[in-house]
Amino acid sequence: MARTTPPSPDRGGDGLERDTIAAVATPPGRGGIGIVRVSGPNALQILTDACGREIPLRTSTLARFRDAKGQSIDEGIALAFGAPHSFTGENVAELHGHGGPVVMDLLLSAMLSFGARLARPGEFTERAFLNGKMDLAQAEAVADLIASRSEAAARSALRSLSGVFSQRVRGLAQDMLDLRVYVEGAIDFPEDDVDFLTEGRVGERLERLVGALVALIRTATQGAILNEGVTLVLAGRPNVGKSSLLNRLLGFERAIVTDTPGTTRDTLSESLDLEGVPIRVIDTAGLRIAGDAIEREGIRRARLEIEEADLVLLVRDGASPESIDQLVAEQSLQTRRLIVVTNKVDLTNRMAGEVAGSIPPEVAVSALTGAGLEALKRHILRAVGRHDEAGVFSARRRHLDALNRAHEILERGLEALRVDAAGELLADDLRRAHDQLGEIVGSVTSDELLGEIFARFCIGK
Amino acid sequence: MVAHPERYDVIVVGGGHAGAEAALAAARIGAQTLLLTQSIETIGQMSCNPAIGGIGKSHLVREIDALDGAMARATDRAGIQFRVLNASKGPAVRATRAQADRVLYRQAMRQIVESTPNLRVFQQSVVDLVVEGDRVRGVVTQSGLTFATGAVVLTTGTFLGGRIHVGLENHPGGRAGDAPSNALAARLRALPFRVDRLKTGTPPRIDGRSVDFSVMQVQPGDDPVPVMSLLGNAAEHPRQVPCHITHTNATTHDIIRAGLDRSPLFTGVIEGIGPRYCPSIEDKVVRFAERASHQIFVEPEGLTTFELYPNGISTSLPYDVQVNLVRSIRGFEQAHITRPGYAIEYDFFDPRDLMYSLETKTISGLFFAGQINGTTGYEEAAAQGLLAGANAALKAAGRNAWCPRRDEGYIGVLVDDLVNNGTNEPYRMFTSRAEFRLILREDNADARLTEAGRELGLVGDERWAAYRTKRESINALRDSLMRHRVLPGDSVALEIQQRTGEPVSKPTDLLTLLRRPQITMSALSLLAPYVADASDVVRSQIEIDSKYAGYIARARDEIDRLKRHEEFEVPADFDYASISGLSTELKQKLGAAKPGNLARASRIPGITPAALSILLVHLKKVRASA
Repeated sequence: MARTTPPSPDRGGDGLERDTIAAVATPPGRGGIGIVRVSGPNALQILTDACGREIPLRTSTLARFRDAKGQSIDEGIALAFGAPHSFTGENVAELHGHGGPVVMDLLLSAMLSFGARLARPGEFTERAFLNGKMDLAQAEAVADLIASRSEAAARSALRSLSGVFSQRVRGLAQDMLDLRVYVEGAIDFPEDDVDFLTEGRVGERLERLVGALVALIRTATQGAILNEGVTLVLAGRPNVGKSSLLNRLLGFERAIVTDTPGTTRDTLSESLDLEGVPIRVIDTAGLRIAGDAIEREGIRRARLEIEEADLVLLVRDGASPESIDQLVAEQSLQTRRLIVVTNKVDLTNRMAGEVAGSIPPEVAVSALTGAGLEALKRHILRAVGRHDEAGVFSARRRHLDALNRAHEILERGLEALRVDAAGELLADDLRRAHDQLGEIVGSVTSDELLGEIFARFCIGK
Repeated sequence: MVAHPERYDVIVVGGGHAGAEAALAAARIGAQTLLLTQSIETIGQMSCNPAIGGIGKSHLVREIDALDGAMARATDRAGIQFRVLNASKGPAVRATRAQADRVLYRQAMRQIVESTPNLRVFQQSVVDLVVEGDRVRGVVTQSGLTFATGAVVLTTGTFLGGRIHVGLENHPGGRAGDAPSNALAARLRALPFRVDRLKTGTPPRIDGRSVDFSVMQVQPGDDPVPVMSLLGNAAEHPRQVPCHITHTNATTHDIIRAGLDRSPLFTGVIEGIGPRYCPSIEDKVVRFAERASHQIFVEPEGLTTFELYPNGISTSLPYDVQVNLVRSIRGFEQAHITRPGYAIEYDFFDPRDLMYSLETKTISGLFFAGQINGTTGYEEAAAQGLLAGANAALKAAGRNAWCPRRDEGYIGVLVDDLVNNGTNEPYRMFTSRAEFRLILREDNADARLTEAGRELGLVGDERWAAYRTKRESINALRDSLMRHRVLPGDSVALEIQQRTGEPVSKPTDLLTLLRRPQITMSALSLLAPYVADASDVVRSQIEIDSKYAGYIARARDEIDRLKRHEEFEVPADFDYASISGLSTELKQKLGAAKPGNLARASRIPGITPAALSILLVHLKKVRASA
């Protein structure tokens, strides 16, 4: 058996980071194989930890994957590549498991608990480029990929933060700031006649903060307050059958369906499980010149939903089809996230199913009979898998990761408080934990923290 | 105009805390240096409160000392009360503060200036710069004398366009009793720098003979008396005296409120921005109306004067209000004001127009240090002065510029904050500005900087010898502790178990055991006799490093990344506008700041990890094709 000694453990090329990163490398979906990829100096050690034994280089090895507590997660194929002979030019490990989102998420979080960091959008490609694995002429393409994936990730993060979740993280960040005001104030202004530590009840605040953080992690882990899945919007002129299509996708009557244009007065949202991929489907009010105020509001909301969606299904009436270009222009849609659905093919002599060679992709269906619906589902899955790395799963994982790190640091802070009575050690822990929360809700600079102290206390002489 | 016969390598304009350190640093490196000042008598003058050090500031003083600057040594010779602040907290945030006798401080500073080789002093006011193209060539004084040079360090303090306010009256002034530098201010405003106004203030001074100290709280200095400089000792200190503490009261606050209609601050006469902290007493009363009283530290101005500095009642209210508010304070009922308090507005230049050497980006050879860069405080000024003077001398010698990183010193934090982010209030150092606070301590300033200073030529033989002795003693004791293994069950192990409640379960060296919170150096000295032989300084530095070991290890990763980012330089002519993948806003921010390397780019507000990655990818291509 080949030895797996890392050829060059500190190989980092020109990268900014020398740490080991991990991410799910395949699109989400219940069927098939899913891959978690790990890259960086410790990738091979992490693979060894997860498999319970050394995995030989460049050979498919059947292995059982376990988390840091030794719990079995999945069985699959383990692959190890030594630097520089890998995709990124670093040590790379791949764990091929069953492709369901839950298994992938468990595998990924196991990689994180073994010491990997969640990869930023586009980071594997970035490392490959920086380590000379790609042509320098591709710099623009790599930069654009990082930009577009980061943007998509930001959009997913925004969506995956339900109101309740972001409110609670913001609350925690505010409590953290309050606490730091006292701890930092006590350090930097000992001569001012403010008893920061007594007034700040630092120990009590810290314990409360840790309690709130633990509660939030528990709720978030159960998925209760994170919006999951991909958002899909049904758009199109009134009475082209959007609501019927939604009902067909959902399999039950949900929206009010009538023959009167403008019946759907508000955006509706429903959850759909498409082969293991949770999808939120939003039906928009028929976009047309609005009649009354309520309808105008419905249209305004529809526009917002369309802007934020992962995918837009532009529905049109196959019996009297409008030109796609005209609809796209009229509804100011972004074509790169668009599928045209030509409905009511049962009233025409056209074939249901994918329309070959169409750009943007077009599928002919009948919401009434269900014809063409399978082809549409395939298209949706393919489309939403496109930017998985930046998708909602990693957004959720990213948030949990930040919360977990903050928690880990604060536990040490509680220890520091006992040893050092709210001094500079606790301050250091609080700053780091605050930075973790900052990854979700925006960071606070030391100057802003000072501003907060000066605003609340009469400092200076 | 008459040309002065000698040409100097470096000319420093201004003899305050920035100017003195700048001139000394340039001369130590070997540059033929001239210090030009309005008045030789005011070299090292403390224009505001008579104290050196304090939280964050003393860290700067120790760093100046580690680079063989003068501030700590002058403080040891002039300090009349020394205290360690935060003594009950950890070593990283302990800070030494000294009340200084103004006269002794000036004398000490002037003696150091006059005994430094390569340095000459000349008393004239500078009214103009000689600039040819984008290079500075010399300076012109009030009498028309021209001095030729290739490097000028401007340390003009509050003198540029200075205007003094007392009540609604105001007049031009650089400091109470001194004329402002208006010709130079006008000259600088004509150069391509962004200029703005700041404001600062002082309290009225009081004659100690008219004060009743018996009703005030006494604040004595520490015993044993702390020392500022590695080369200093307590025997150098003059006679020690206490400070006193009193408070404002409801009557004081009523008097202030009644005078607000004649306050230049509250009637919009003053436009310059004051600091958010250290507000004037009228600011405190208005902003914190619920506070019934405010603390006043009554600080002696010196051993040979009765004058007092009532720290905490800085004000620009009219003189009659000042008299009433002072006399409403306990112990000040009969007080005689010797000098009215005042506010001063002055020009400062946006420090984002500077390089890390403190040389201006647009005029080669022109350096700025001190309040001209928007800072406040003697220590902040002195630190910049030392750096600017050193870099001016390095430039004159054709050598590379130097600036410590954020993990190497508060000087690095100060310069990085200023140059990268600018400031919109008088910038003061606080320990919370330093993310590597646990590493940037008073006790290890020399370990962080003296070797670099020696290489630059800043550190003289005396300090170098003292530093090496200290370093060798530390290494020797550390080695001994590391070699001293304790075996489970032996007498030392049992002693340690008794003290910590935790057994020594495997062979462990004493240095590792020192990490346990309950194990102190003095406890070890009972177990290992050679520990008792080492000096306090040596023992405490090893102890501190051990106690912080876990936290320092955690910071190391950050520092390693910082170093890699610093090493990744961005070419000066790099075209940020051409970067695909970045938003227009970020392109503009980067284009405006022109960060010299990735670390600086990463600290520009709004720069995300993704933006940094994109920048890196483009740089990689530019580098490879270069």
